[in-house]
Amino acid sequence: MASLVCPDLFDRHHRLWVLGTCCKESATSAKMPGMHVPDGFLDVPTSIATGVVAAGALGISLRRANREIHESGPALAGLIAAFIFAVQMVNFPVGAGTSGHLLGGALAAALVGPWTGVLCMAVVLLVQGLLFADGGLTALGTNILDMGLATVFVGFVLTVALLRVLPQRKGSVGPAVGIAAFLSVPAAAVVFTALYAVGGAVSVPLNQLATAMIGWHLLIGIGEGLISVAVVGAVMASRPDLIYVARHLRPDLMLVDIDGTPTTTVAPDQPTAVKASRGPFGLALLTTLVAAAAVSFFASAHPDGLEFVGEKLGIAEYARESAVAGGPLADYGIHGITNSAVSGGLAGVIGVLVTLALFFGAATLVRRRRDATTHEAGQPSRVDA
Amino acid sequence: MGGSHGAHVATPTDGLLVLVDSPVHRLPAHGKILALLGFVLVVVATPAGAWWAFVTYAVMLLFTLGLARVPVRIVGRRMVVEAPFVLFALLMPFVATGPRLEVLGLSLSRVGLIGGGTMGAKATLGVVAAIVLAATTGPRELLAGLERLRLPAVLVAILSFMIRYISVVSGDLQRMRVARESRGYTGGRLGHLAAVAAGAGSLFVRSYERGERVHLAMLARGYSGRMPAFATTGTRAVDWVQCSALPLAALGVLLLQRFFPVAG
Repeated sequence: MASLVCPDLFDRHHRLWVLGTCCKESATSAKMPGMHVPDGFLDVPTSIATGVVAAGALGISLRRANREIHESGPALAGLIAAFIFAVQMVNFPVGAGTSGHLLGGALAAALVGPWTGVLCMAVVLLVQGLLFADGGLTALGTNILDMGLATVFVGFVLTVALLRVLPQRKGSVGPAVGIAAFLSVPAAAVVFTALYAVGGAVSVPLNQLATAMIGWHLLIGIGEGLISVAVVGAVMASRPDLIYVARHLRPDLMLVDIDGTPTTTVAPDQPTAVKASRGPFGLALLTTLVAAAAVSFFASAHPDGLEFVGEKLGIAEYARESAVAGGPLADYGIHGITNSAVSGGLAGVIGVLVTLALFFGAATLVRRRRDATTHEAGQPSRVDA
Repeated sequence: MGGSHGAHVATPTDGLLVLVDSPVHRLPAHGKILALLGFVLVVVATPAGAWWAFVTYAVMLLFTLGLARVPVRIVGRRMVVEAPFVLFALLMPFVATGPRLEVLGLSLSRVGLIGGGTMGAKATLGVVAAIVLAATTGPRELLAGLERLRLPAVLVAILSFMIRYISVVSGDLQRMRVARESRGYTGGRLGHLAAVAAGAGSLFVRSYERGERVHLAMLARGYSGRMPAFATTGTRAVDWVQCSALPLAALGVLLLQRFFPVAG
């Protein structure tokens, strides 16, 4: 009987298998997975609620991707999912002896569009949860929400926004996808933190959790961004027509009639990235805003998690003493990092997201006005087929 | 054939499936998926610190494992998945809020200790239960089960192609690595990463084009937009009884715990 799943795939995926032996010490370093949340991290109501939200989002994605999948077949989507699964094995060093791996949500969104991208990510997460026990079954909704929906939509919206701002050239696609992929990883961390804030099993100072999660995933995001740039660059070099977000950069078809007068024409069914972006943009903006609001609420309510708790319980004095006492935890980093550097990073990420969203809105307005004027003037060079 | 190369006679495996015959192997896949879901839901719903309940779940799970004849070595190896989150659970006593205890000179949160332990227990039970499912259910049966559980047909189709082509795509990746290394490629860390990522780019193009070819081949063979359903046999009442044994027993323990709480 032929093996349906590669026999040693399990070992490869989960035993610190380093693709291309990226660095030798990775074999001994701890591999940080994405944020495959296991069972029991969030309480039952939150798990069920995220499951319902994820199912709803999948339903919408199925409907939106229906035409695409009907045309190109489920085999194509299945192969894209297999590609994402394989690409998630790409490990890269993050620092301190650990390595991260690609999430691939933003990359999938850039390559095959947000709706098919969400479906592929969900399928990958389902396989990882059911077959590889990577991510709990009750946490499947949570995992789809933060690693599927958040990365795909944040990645897609940022890519489209950046492509509008950057010069309309092929060279812009790589950097746009790279920056979007970079930010999509901390965005997923924000979503995870917000979910943990709502239904976390153990109450942890959220300020600390957020700063640790987001700070760490900013580092992972750098690797994600760099790899995404290279992947998109390689696809751009051989089959630029396959990149969903770059469809508007496809050269128009040039027709020369018998008199030698050239006419350019675009395929009638060629959708532009502009048109496709409305729906996911609203969804992603909403997600971003909700997550940002939730996190900043907790951040302002508890300016410093540990101190707040310490003061509340009257053990601040004790905690300070034990820190000075030079116990093994004295140089345990979170306390120091929390307040200055990483919370700056948190504010930075949210700031960037919001700014880009605003910029995107402004760009839309400008674009619409420009479209209106060109429409009035007529487009002599473009013939509607 | 996978399996390990130990001195013992290795249990034959096909991918994740452990090739032995057992009552658990013979149960219908959709029943097992529901049983897994029910069991982990009960586990997650168990309040923190109910240690004897968790111990009872673990015993029941070990019993199922024995019934399924899945070697402990395989389970242990596959449990590596949860290692990072065990780390997360271990951090809980240090970062959680609440009154503090002093253990061996460390200031630990009482809530964090209980919560972290509970988290670890729940995650471990969930992981082992999922391993039992994957070790006793072949991918095809799993897909048939998901189909019977009314997962949208499009998703089942995508899932089936994904599972079918995972080995092909990761084989492509492997061959690219062999090719790169046989050309004597040695780069710095960053250079290597760039090469690997460029390889991933061409992997995407290959996968995409393969997907297109597969679709055309399907059209040529008369594919009309609907995948044929997986043939499954009917579910007997006794199957349902056997499938529901584990989650119902767990539920019983949970209810017992609710009404006769015992301090852990």
